[in-house]
Amino acid sequence: MGAIIETKNLRAYYITKAYGVERTVKAVDDISLEIQEGEVYGIAGESGCGKSTLLRILLGAYQPPLTVVGGDVAYHLQGETIHTADMTEEQKHDLRWRTISYIPQGSMHVLNPVRRIRDSFHDFISAHRDVTKSESFRLTADYLRDLGLPEKVMASYPHQLSGGMRQRVTIALATILWPKLIFADEPTTALDVVVQRGVIQMLKDVQQKEGSTLVLITHDIGVHANLAHRIAILYAGKLVEEADTRTILTNPRHPYTKYLIESLPNLDSREERMSIPGRPPALDRPPSGCRFHERCPLVRDICKTIDPQMIQVEPGHRTACHVVEEELSHEPVA
Amino acid sequence: MSQSPSRPLLQIEELSKIFHIRQGFSSQEFHAVDHASIVIESDKPEIFAIVGESGSGKTTLAKMVLGMEVASQGILRYRDRVINDLSNKEMKTWFYNEVQPVFQDPFAAFSPLKRIDRYLYETVYNYKMVEDKKEAPRYINEVLSEVGLTLAEIAGRYPNELSGGQAQRVAIARALITKPSLIVADEPVSMLDASLRMSIVNMFRKLKEDNEVSVIYITHDLATAYYAGDRIAVMLRGWIVELGPTEQVLGNPLHPYTQNLKTSIPSINVGETWKDKIDLAVIEADEYTRTGCKFAGRCPAVMDICQDNIPPNVVHGGRTVKCFLYDENVDPAKKTYLTPAAT
Repeated sequence: MGAIIETKNLRAYYITKAYGVERTVKAVDDISLEIQEGEVYGIAGESGCGKSTLLRILLGAYQPPLTVVGGDVAYHLQGETIHTADMTEEQKHDLRWRTISYIPQGSMHVLNPVRRIRDSFHDFISAHRDVTKSESFRLTADYLRDLGLPEKVMASYPHQLSGGMRQRVTIALATILWPKLIFADEPTTALDVVVQRGVIQMLKDVQQKEGSTLVLITHDIGVHANLAHRIAILYAGKLVEEADTRTILTNPRHPYTKYLIESLPNLDSREERMSIPGRPPALDRPPSGCRFHERCPLVRDICKTIDPQMIQVEPGHRTACHVVEEELSHEPVA
Repeated sequence: MSQSPSRPLLQIEELSKIFHIRQGFSSQEFHAVDHASIVIESDKPEIFAIVGESGSGKTTLAKMVLGMEVASQGILRYRDRVINDLSNKEMKTWFYNEVQPVFQDPFAAFSPLKRIDRYLYETVYNYKMVEDKKEAPRYINEVLSEVGLTLAEIAGRYPNELSGGQAQRVAIARALITKPSLIVADEPVSMLDASLRMSIVNMFRKLKEDNEVSVIYITHDLATAYYAGDRIAVMLRGWIVELGPTEQVLGNPLHPYTQNLKTSIPSINVGETWKDKIDLAVIEADEYTRTGCKFAGRCPAVMDICQDNIPPNVVHGGRTVKCFLYDENVDPAKKTYLTPAAT
């Protein structure tokens, strides 16, 4: 078991030029991470913090105005190292679905409305394997049964199914060829709690059955707590903290993560909870220094000018914060 | 139902909304809201939370309260006036002065081509909230400060220049301009990030305390409903299955559906993750057309009686529960229903 994806100092900006005005949105800025084979890696953060952009870069599915300005994404598959930057379209097509699969945001709307579910399944399977219609139907029926979905959905059209059922059908569709690597972008957003639980349960089943790697994006920390092994917290295009789920939830170090965890309401107490002051910065004009400094309760002078580097708090727990750095080194910062 | 003194603010009794679905020549009845009863008192402001999954009739109920849908059956009164009988003029001059909505998507609520402060000015002028038009900016600033904004921050700006949280605050400020007694907020935080959510919910708590505004807070997020709500109604397929003080209903849920909802909230406490599995409704429409209890198909405590009989509203443990489990008229050994439902 080693890393399956690795990024090094990844920078990806949206560069637009309209009427001679150039505008750069730094959606992913200097992110280095390693995702281990067989784990569930959660990526959390507010909307507009670059979660989906990061995923697109990891997938290699991007086009201008999104441009990779620096850094590198590498897959380690079957002992080979592939850099996404060098891949041809054909190679990408080959890799996708069979090895790497993607459950997009709002995926309940991706099914073709004029085709029955089983025909959609056949379309996808036949694009990667040489199968007859009856073979792919049998494969689909077996797989749906394994996942506990009723067989009658196969003959249904998408509009006949509820949102939660469509979401689960899409997950089944994305995982039927047992990909080694699954990317899921907000798979449970817009679903209510009971259905959300069903979808999480199913993602867990799929991941455990084949030991595949799941990269999960959602802003809901509760979902991460139940599914992810490790969590990365993004803020304004930067990775601010990364640790295993238990550490993030019980011992967060970065002030932003602390706020994020503490502001969550739960059913244990009705005491007043503080919300994070201010609002997320616009990424075309990010604040200087630490991007969180305008909202941070612990802000120092150094935070306003110098961008904090990722430091290791303890093995497996990284964060980017000057104040934490000071606590660890016992040397006061300006 | 709780005690009803002389003049409740909002009285909903046995309220139903029936839609007719036509397929060829046949027509099918669809009960989006089915015999719902809620009373909100006028002398003590409260946050009344309505929770339920999508398609449970929450929004239809809110639309009826706002006079945007006509009720099919039952009683719907605001300060002793039947909402459906109000004339257009009364709706405009009196009712919307008293009752104001806040909707889910703040960007859909404002026209993208109009400066957002226009909405505030227009509402002030239309409801003649100030004697002199020159007073309007001062008044608007005062209302905006209630939601933590200033007029200078939003003056002349278009909706797309504001963040989701800011736009939702402006939407709430707009609702506050007429000094309403009741705000109906339909999923006001579901489009917002977790960090902004709490600031909006905290604001509702503050409005209730400081301005004595009652809020009907509709959501599918149980955690914020528990945090903000004084009382809560849990809806399922048009029914209110459990209604009572929030601490009791969510602290110790009685109805199997509420229990199911509570255990489905993903916990952030390490070690409290789910162990067991749940069943989901296969086809939603099937649940609406059930003859007996609408939850019978996935209820873990289902009895024979639940299949064909509509459960009564039972007062049990400080709340109303629509479930045979708590009905003392049912002999558990026989599992047959003895007397007609006393509603």
